[in-house]
Amino acid sequence: MLRYAAKQLVNMAVTLLVVSFLVFALNELSPGDVARKILGAYATQDQVDILTRELGLDRPLVVRYLEYMGKALTGDFGQSIVFRQPVSELLFDRLGNTLFLAAVCFAVIVPLSMLFGVLAGMRERSLLDRSITVFATLSASIPEFAMGVFLIGIFVVWLGILPGVSPLRADSGWAVWMQFVMPVLVVTAYDAGYLVSMIRSSMVEVMRQAYVRTALLKGMSFQGVVVKHAMRNAMITPFTVILLQLNYLVSGLVVVETVFAYPGFGRMMLEAALSKDIAIIEAGTLVAVSVTMLTQLFGDLGYMALDPRIRV
Amino acid sequence: MSAPKRAIAAETGAAAPAAGAAAPARRGAAKRAWALVGASPIAMIGGAIILFWCLCALFAPWVAPYPPNKIDPAQLVYPYPSWRHWLGVDHLGRDILSRLIWGARTVLIVAPIAVFSAAALGIVLGLVSGYRGGVADAVIMRVGDTLLAFPKIILYLIIMAKFGASAFNIIAVIGVTNAPIIARIVRAVTLDVKNRDYVAAARMRGESPLYIMLVEILPNARGPLIVDVFLRLGYTTIAIGVLGFLGVGLPPPDPDWGGMIKETYGMIFVWPHMTIIPAVAISSLVIGCNLLATGLREAAHDG
Repeated sequence: MLRYAAKQLVNMAVTLLVVSFLVFALNELSPGDVARKILGAYATQDQVDILTRELGLDRPLVVRYLEYMGKALTGDFGQSIVFRQPVSELLFDRLGNTLFLAAVCFAVIVPLSMLFGVLAGMRERSLLDRSITVFATLSASIPEFAMGVFLIGIFVVWLGILPGVSPLRADSGWAVWMQFVMPVLVVTAYDAGYLVSMIRSSMVEVMRQAYVRTALLKGMSFQGVVVKHAMRNAMITPFTVILLQLNYLVSGLVVVETVFAYPGFGRMMLEAALSKDIAIIEAGTLVAVSVTMLTQLFGDLGYMALDPRIRV
Repeated sequence: MSAPKRAIAAETGAAAPAAGAAAPARRGAAKRAWALVGASPIAMIGGAIILFWCLCALFAPWVAPYPPNKIDPAQLVYPYPSWRHWLGVDHLGRDILSRLIWGARTVLIVAPIAVFSAAALGIVLGLVSGYRGGVADAVIMRVGDTLLAFPKIILYLIIMAKFGASAFNIIAVIGVTNAPIIARIVRAVTLDVKNRDYVAAARMRGESPLYIMLVEILPNARGPLIVDVFLRLGYTTIAIGVLGFLGVGLPPPDPDWGGMIKETYGMIFVWPHMTIIPAVAISSLVIGCNLLATGLREAAHDG
């Protein structure tokens, strides 16, 4: 298992290198762009050329890439053109906000979907199963921005009991914790629907197994079988899916962050892309890809720990 | 099956393990699919919703009561649903019903093209990867892994920042990011059946590898692929809506459901119907795709 983890970490480092080079090359192949961006549309071509040379952007791509990576390793990702502050400062600030929101959502989504998934899957095609499945399919089918619109319509416009924006500032008229309620609601409604269906189908599979029938036939109570025998095994397959939700929660929150004006990582990437702030795009991509790969690795390791039959 | 592969199988709704269920019986594909739809009320509801929007898209010029981009600020005196404008008008006085109908055309052209390019690419890569094995397999799977490590939305933002927003870029990104998942499904099926007797027989007959891959092996993946394509149509509809909502989707002024929500979102406190109605439209189409996929999967498991 340690060897596997080490091997995957090496794989990860290689992938990260490839990704970083691709993104760097894509964005900085035409060096005039950067100087043009800084000087604005009215600068003459001469001025652009001079700044390009001063910034050292006329050197070969590989040289600039190596320099960039060297600085990146020491935590220096350059300067953001749009936000006018060091990328690393901004990046970790925003990432912190997003991770916090993601953690809160995760803590709500996982127990909730386990509960409903097991309840639905323990008696296949019962009325309870049918209702939960239909509800879960519906809520997973409504895109987050549409769900945001519906919930804002109900709780903010109609009832007026929750804030419709979450800038995380205390001076916005609502307590900061209240500002989390709507984003968490929206993410939970969208994501839990999907997890419930996954856990349900795994539970259905387990309830068909011979050992479940044996336990029932030997006189064990239904609840006992569900809690002691079925539940643990039913969690193995969805485990990786549950961990994969972390990926979604880090970069996929961009929609919810935009809906509620939440100062997070995804919205920062969106703003950077809209204004072509290359330094942020490059650093943010590296962070997003590392998060994805780390969760995948943890997923595989946890999977092996849960199911000793799986060997790599 | 190694752990990472399993993770993906789980991610794709465990479609790959179900591959064995689709026996190589050779009835007409259309007839078979039709029988499956008929056997499941859920699939029928989903199919009906999709059909409704398809008809809207197809007959948009005839059924839409107004031109979709006709600006008429005078209507803002009473923008709500009325006899003249069944679903009301938006912040520029454009008829919402007409924009929805024309918007259906946009999403129903872009989403299927994107999903079918992903399917075509994924099928070819999956067949080659599974049937050839060796270096080709290793390279294809490695590149696929790298692509899957990119969060889709971030990948699109990178492309958009560099090349600008357009329908072609949306199709390209969705095609490329979905292809590895479809390739895995096809590869799993290929590995499962490539050593069966009828494949060996075809090889003995001297059939070309192309013939074997397309005629002998691919039909086995039909069941999981059909389900997966409809799931992906749903996701892609969401993705297109998300891009529109974020303001990086199809360029205005042509109606795009996500874009309609974005444009009127700031007015939700004053005129909520302008935002809520397109949100209902996009949700209904995704629900249709997901119901059809769920129904087909259940019917296929029972049958």
